[in-house]
Amino acid sequence: MNLEIPGKFAPLIDQARQVAREVFRPISRKYDLAEHEYPKELDMFASIMDGMNDGAADGGTGAGKLARSDSNGGAGNRNGTNMKTVLGLTELCWGDVGLALSIPRQGLGNSAIAAVANDEQLARFGNTWAAMAITEPGAGSDSAAIRTTATEDGNEYVINGEKIYVTAGERADAVVVWATLDRNKGRSAIKSFVVEKGTPGMTVERLEKKLGIKASDTAAIRFDNCRVPKQNLLGDPDISVEKGFAGAMQTFDNTRPVVAGMAIGLASAALQKTRELIALTGIDLEYHHQTWTQPAVTRELQLMEAELEAARLLTLRAAWMADNGLPNSREASIAKAKAGRVGSMVTLRCVELCGSLGYGETELLEKWARDSKILDIFEGTQQIQLLIIARRLLGKSSAELK
Amino acid sequence: MTRTPVGFALSMMNRLAANPMLDRLGLRSPLEKTAYHGTRAGFRTLALAGREFKRVNQWLPRKRLPERPPAELFDLSLTDDQQMMTDTLRRMAQDRLRSAAPEADETGTAPETVSSAASELGLALYAVPEAFGGVAEHQSPVTSVLIAEQLAWGDMGLATALLAPFSVAQAITRWGTGEQQSRYLPAFCEDEPPVAAIAIDEPTPLFDPTNLQTIASESTSGYVLNGLKNSVVLGANADLLLVAAKLHGQPRLFIVEGGTPGIRVKPDPGMGLRASGPVQLLLEDVQLPAEALLGDDDFNYQTFLDCGSLLRCGLAIGTSQAVLDYVIPYCNERQAFGEPISHRQSVAFMISNLAIETDSMRMLTWRAASRLEQGLPAHREVALARLLCSEKAMEVGTNGVQLLGGHGYVKEHPVERWYRDLRSIATQSGGLHA
Repeated sequence: MNLEIPGKFAPLIDQARQVAREVFRPISRKYDLAEHEYPKELDMFASIMDGMNDGAADGGTGAGKLARSDSNGGAGNRNGTNMKTVLGLTELCWGDVGLALSIPRQGLGNSAIAAVANDEQLARFGNTWAAMAITEPGAGSDSAAIRTTATEDGNEYVINGEKIYVTAGERADAVVVWATLDRNKGRSAIKSFVVEKGTPGMTVERLEKKLGIKASDTAAIRFDNCRVPKQNLLGDPDISVEKGFAGAMQTFDNTRPVVAGMAIGLASAALQKTRELIALTGIDLEYHHQTWTQPAVTRELQLMEAELEAARLLTLRAAWMADNGLPNSREASIAKAKAGRVGSMVTLRCVELCGSLGYGETELLEKWARDSKILDIFEGTQQIQLLIIARRLLGKSSAELK
Repeated sequence: MTRTPVGFALSMMNRLAANPMLDRLGLRSPLEKTAYHGTRAGFRTLALAGREFKRVNQWLPRKRLPERPPAELFDLSLTDDQQMMTDTLRRMAQDRLRSAAPEADETGTAPETVSSAASELGLALYAVPEAFGGVAEHQSPVTSVLIAEQLAWGDMGLATALLAPFSVAQAITRWGTGEQQSRYLPAFCEDEPPVAAIAIDEPTPLFDPTNLQTIASESTSGYVLNGLKNSVVLGANADLLLVAAKLHGQPRLFIVEGGTPGIRVKPDPGMGLRASGPVQLLLEDVQLPAEALLGDDDFNYQTFLDCGSLLRCGLAIGTSQAVLDYVIPYCNERQAFGEPISHRQSVAFMISNLAIETDSMRMLTWRAASRLEQGLPAHREVALARLLCSEKAMEVGTNGVQLLGGHGYVKEHPVERWYRDLRSIATQSGGLHA
């Protein structure tokens, strides 16, 4: 048993940390204030990242590489792409979550493509920057209730509907859209389609103004008789019961640990900064056996550190299971639930502990406390994670435990 | 609050009703002072040692178990040995501890069946190096944590009793001089290992194990101990005790054999862990030889405490897992408003959170243990694990009872015992060493 990060990932972590420190942090406040402005600094960085990936002997890292390993542990213990991606993104989000979400070709759509695309589609879309469009004005967590339709017409599907909260929806080269082939057939009729930028009938209606992650654009997109070739349907076009939807949802087993990692990176930035600021007051921050006789702030900092460490290790566990071909749906949701709430708790408490200094824009603490909230919402809210965990633990269907 | 005339009258009535004779003679007030300087009523001398530890003339050199070589990869899987051990202990926890727990809790002792099962298992062998008759080849805090986890899944009180001698053996293996190891460790490998325990806690609020009130002073022949220890596991029948005391301002451990004059005990039952037979230990001018001071030049009290905390975290995980495993079938079977209560999110989410926090404790504890095992600095990791366990174990305990409602509050179900046991994670310091 070993819960240390393997030494072979040290260069990757160091690189990501350099990027976070030298690229993201210096422009972090700039794009928080200039919402919707494209962070052009990222283009050059994205090329560097592509280069790093293509050169990697062991399959690289990133949103487009995430997939569950086929091996069932037969080849011995593995630390692979899932863990690497979690570790890399954790470091990047120590720099800035909004900017990390804006890195070209690292969209959630890329993970979906990686998870369900066939070889022909991988060849066509593998290097596309793909955003993910699931949420609608009337359907958020309840993905099965989406109303966007895809109607077969000759060699094409005709997509109609409205999508909101599409991360990088304007900047990405393509959008992976969830739509139903038949509204009467429930979740099994829901499929995902790649719609490339510039396809007639697809319009970015507006960009949202948000509480945080302002560097990341969040688009509302309308599909009005938008035609895509049949080959752009990802995965199996058959409406077989549950299978298709389950496949799409499986993407989340791989992406949830990554989002958990993002929350951990962000929260550790806040905690680190807060510790530094509080250390300047001369308060004893040592780890004692009796914590109740230490200053309240010391105990609180240590409790936050413990919670954050727990979230981090739960996240590594979920990624490790994915790397080793072990089913990890429950563990992925445990990681996401824990990291999401710990991220919010830590960043908010850090602002509180630093008082008006933490609340003001001089430091990034208040920004981090705004950024963190989304990480407990997207990729499945806290409550959705608890629901998934509970259903797994209790052996309940979604009809029984609603 | 100032006492009004009405309050005074109520108080008088209450006291008179309770025991008029006592109050008329003015005896209650002194009796209420239970602290060291009050009465010593109730203490009795420690039972004469059933076992003698012969002074060894030809003692072996000090043996320190090697650390495990650093691992290259992140890996949560157990070794074959660990898996086998875990499975065996889970069966024992299921078959023996679970059924024995209610009565052991009532009587305050571990039944014979449990102790014999434990001796068959030879737990202490895993703590003792081969040179002294055991089977330990490496330092193995991870295995120790796994052992604690499984035993506490059965019952934390019994687990505490079973782990007490194991912990003493671990401590002497880790810290003892060659003379101490040669003298005491072979006994732990016999068919009937000695009853042994570590005494650290003292009856004071905000107790800090690094700031002890029990004092050791040097004498011509060795040391003299004075002080009061509480929550000492198995203390009434101990053949061997490791007692924490301040020597020249620094906390140290002293090896005290059962028959040593000057030691008196009285039962010290608490909220939970009752099966572990806790006692208060009154030490009055206890004369110890010079070789009673545990440890050599490499003794580190902080690491000693860390090893204890780590094992306690193992207990927290085990009992928390027991709670989780119990409430799942209960909430699936219990009907209310025409369906199982587990169909309600307010119930289901509590169960999700039990799982999340139990796994949180487990991950932090495993990491701390694995660092210790590899010889990496682990004080921070142990401190964080203990802090988290202190917080979350009780949360699990209280929510476990809550999920069963009124049924959780009565002794028909074990959750009320687990609730009481889980409070101890944050309060106890002694008795354990990984």
